[in-house]
Amino acid sequence: MSGAVLTITSLKKSVPGGRVLFEDLNLGLQAGEFVAIMGESGVGKSTLLNLIAGLDQADDGTIAINGVDLAGLGDDARTLLRRDHIGFVFQAFHILPHLTLGQNVALPLVLQQAPGDEALARAREMMEAVGLGGRAEDYPRQLSGGELQRVAIARALVHRPGLLLADEPTGNLDPETATRVLKVFADQVRRSGAAAVLVTHSEVAAAVADRTLTLTGAGLVERHGR
Amino acid sequence: MAARGVSLAARWMILGEWRAHPMRVVTAGVAIAIGVALGLAVHLINASALSEFSRAVSTVNGDAELQVRSVAPAGFDERLYPRLARLPGVGVASPVVELKAMTARPGEQITVLGLDVLRAAAVTPSLIGRPVTADGEGAHGPTNDAPFDEDAIYLSEGALEGRAIGQPIVLTAGGRTATFRIAGVAPGIGEGRKVAVLDIAAAQWRLGEIGRLQRIDLKLAEGVDEGRMRQAIAAALPAEAQLVTRDSEARRSDSLSRAYRVNLDMLALMALLTGGFLVYSAQSLSVARRRPQFALLRVLGVRRQALLAQVLVEGISVGLAGGLAGLALGFGLARGALALLGGDLGGGYFGDARPELVFSPTAAIIFLVLGLLTAVVGSLAPAREAARAQPAVALKNAGDAVDPRVSPPIWPALVLLVAGGAAALAPAIGGIPLLGYASMALLLAGGVAAMPWIARMLLGPVRRLSLRWAAVDLAFKRLWGAPSQAAVALCGIVASTSLMVAMAVMVSSFRGSVDDWLQQLLPADLYMRVDAAGAGGGFDPKAQAALAATPGVARIVFQKTTSLMLAADQPPLAVVVRPMNGHDRPPMIGGPLEPPAGETPIWVSEPAAWLYGWKPGQRIVLPIRGAQRFFVAGVWRDYSRQHGAVSLDATDYTRLTGDHWRTEASVDVVEGNSPKQVTEALRARLPADIAPRVTFAEPATLRAFALQIFDRSFAVTYGLEAIAILVGLAGVAATVSAQTLARTKEFGMLRHLGVTQRQVVAMLITEGALLGAVGVVAGIGLGLIMSQVLLHVVNPQSFHWTMETKLPWVLLASVALALVASAAGTALLAGRRALSADAVRAVREDW
Repeated sequence: MSGAVLTITSLKKSVPGGRVLFEDLNLGLQAGEFVAIMGESGVGKSTLLNLIAGLDQADDGTIAINGVDLAGLGDDARTLLRRDHIGFVFQAFHILPHLTLGQNVALPLVLQQAPGDEALARAREMMEAVGLGGRAEDYPRQLSGGELQRVAIARALVHRPGLLLADEPTGNLDPETATRVLKVFADQVRRSGAAAVLVTHSEVAAAVADRTLTLTGAGLVERHGR
Repeated sequence: MAARGVSLAARWMILGEWRAHPMRVVTAGVAIAIGVALGLAVHLINASALSEFSRAVSTVNGDAELQVRSVAPAGFDERLYPRLARLPGVGVASPVVELKAMTARPGEQITVLGLDVLRAAAVTPSLIGRPVTADGEGAHGPTNDAPFDEDAIYLSEGALEGRAIGQPIVLTAGGRTATFRIAGVAPGIGEGRKVAVLDIAAAQWRLGEIGRLQRIDLKLAEGVDEGRMRQAIAAALPAEAQLVTRDSEARRSDSLSRAYRVNLDMLALMALLTGGFLVYSAQSLSVARRRPQFALLRVLGVRRQALLAQVLVEGISVGLAGGLAGLALGFGLARGALALLGGDLGGGYFGDARPELVFSPTAAIIFLVLGLLTAVVGSLAPAREAARAQPAVALKNAGDAVDPRVSPPIWPALVLLVAGGAAALAPAIGGIPLLGYASMALLLAGGVAAMPWIARMLLGPVRRLSLRWAAVDLAFKRLWGAPSQAAVALCGIVASTSLMVAMAVMVSSFRGSVDDWLQQLLPADLYMRVDAAGAGGGFDPKAQAALAATPGVARIVFQKTTSLMLAADQPPLAVVVRPMNGHDRPPMIGGPLEPPAGETPIWVSEPAAWLYGWKPGQRIVLPIRGAQRFFVAGVWRDYSRQHGAVSLDATDYTRLTGDHWRTEASVDVVEGNSPKQVTEALRARLPADIAPRVTFAEPATLRAFALQIFDRSFAVTYGLEAIAILVGLAGVAATVSAQTLARTKEFGMLRHLGVTQRQVVAMLITEGALLGAVGVVAGIGLGLIMSQVLLHVVNPQSFHWTMETKLPWVLLASVALALVASAAGTALLAGRRALSADAVRAVREDW
């Protein structure tokens, strides 16, 4: 075992019309490593995240999480791997409206068979960490966009995943709120020790990562001069 | 262990969903509850009524192992008794005279049993009377000869009500009136039964039954083979007598109302089926709305099977809650209906008996399971859709799962419709149109399965319209652009509308046909009949001549109706005796045949032709005073006797039986006389003994009365129809409201684009009305097809009569309007609620 959390080798993906999004894409991430991926619209940034999460199938190449090749796994096994090892933050928050904030955050733990009260206790800890202490019993409709995204960050990290994937986490937020959320995000990623991939259009957002890569048709290219 | 975590998450999800949208869950649960309640109630009422009826039959029959019964009320020759008594293997034979008698109390009818006490003591001891003195003490002792006293009569508790021991009681039976003394009680006869027991010789002598018996109760010798004995006894019987067993009695009481009961059961199950469609509709909408939520769960690590299980658990919970509520409701409904309508729910099969409700845990469990199954089946397709969704796509909330450009498949619907059509052509199974009902269910499923395709066809033209009114244009485009949502909404509307239309057309056709038939059947100006004709007597030839000579009477035609038991396990066949020349005949189906010279013609009713397989031109043998051969000269329409009737010309009947007595008459009055005047004149000429029992009626009154009976018989059907309409309206309301509320984000976006609130509301009303209209058009079309199965398959196979289609235009139009208005109105109300949300916030919400 190399110790890498994420290893992508010679990855190729086309869209249904036949257009190649990218090919020969390679990436390796160690625990605690935080990269941002930038690129033009339609270049396949979100598709890459879906491939890493096992939600989509590559045309060629391999993706390994903690040394486990996704291509060799069935739907159930990929689902379990996602449940145990990956955390997600979306642009559109995706907070379930009919669950309390505490339940929303605790959901990944509950899915990992943690007892309900323990899961909720850990969820409250995470909410405290993202600045939403004492609001576990509130419902999502009582929160602003920035607050909802902080709930999503808490949910993504509550089960201590080895890999965190974030797709435009500040895309729906105003700059001021976005800055605050990014700070929370970066702090929590670093505190958790997880590897993280942040897909974004925003230079400001990308700046919180350790390094920035640009996605092109030829794969990922390191950006310098930050 | 992993399952525990998933189940906790699923519990959170399910409870959260229900908390957020309680009305949707309640509507689906109520639909299941109604179906279960109706099914259980109809079943409990039928079971209670049958059990009561069987008790009543066994009360009068005693505990005889076997019985020989006369096929007609006139009985058989008593010389059969010694022949049977001497038959090897017969232990004891007990001869019985069984008559219906009238008392002096208006309308009171009593079953009179004439017994040979010494024989009955060995065969049917429960029927024997016990002497009681006037002070209420039992009279015992060897010197007591009361049982053989020709004046002594023993009354059951029900018959004794309001009478005292020692008092006289006047009975009229077989045209004779005799006075008896109440000598005691018949304690073995069940509560509420009106039975009088007396010595057989007294019954024969004093009530004009000399030499005749109506039955012989038999006890077999120990150790004999009952099957072989049955054959031996049956071989010894004349045509006027038949062997009856406890089993055949049970089958007879069952077949009396079986078709009616099965029909009601099936209607109740149809209500449950509608409930299933509403569950499907509610679950589909819920799944469509939650598609991104399910996608999120998949991203978070929930497996497909867990999502499938979650939606199924939701359905099971709705089914369980609805089913349990349905059981309670059904029990209450059964109790109320028994009290209000009686055991036959107004069908008129079991007289005025008010049976006790018998709760059946097995039936309750079966209906609960049926409710659960309905909910599970209704949830299955949405659950599979939830589990199959691609998370990456669903997370982006790509909208309708169906591409509007792709034409939905029609072949599954066609397969179901063709199977439904084929099932309609199949014959009844065990006298029950099971495949007819299967045909209706298949047609319903096929119609609903065809909805996406039909919706596309009906909505296709409106898509191409380019309207200046933006709101309406948007409404048209949206309905076409979200075909699966439109189809789901239409599914519930179509299911309930089509069932309602099918039932309404059936009832309207039946009622219309009965009305037409009554008009043809009642051409005279006046009708008269002797009430409780079963008690015998009526108009003898002298009375007939006197009545015919009454001033104001242009023509009087006398008639009699008696009965004939052709099979031990079938209800008796009615024998209508009347002149059968030309216009005196009842309405015929097809032309009558001329009988060959020397043959006796008989005309059979449509149900009789169906039940016994009789055809015009055929020769049949009937036990009318010995086996008689008849030529079937035609088939007549009869909506009043489901178990069949034959018409015999009065002259032939008298020639064969020597019976001149008649019990009914139709009168044409001389022009210028009013029926009322003639009624008075006829009444004045009636013999004194029957005058109080004769009733007169004009045809309009009889028709109104007959239709009133019809309406009472169909009261439950009307009730089920009303429930179908209400369930349909509730389904429309729930579906449209759910779809509208799920579009808050879309309305917010439209408001951002400058669409006014009024325009959004107008768009919603148009959408709702259009959806309702498409549903109503498809539902009425499907309902009309299903009604043809009811009219031409289910009805003839159940009740053995045919009828013409008569459409209830006013009802159809009203229901169509109500459904369209309900869809539009609900869309308006839900739209206002959805619009009350902040537009800015709405567009920022995820779902």
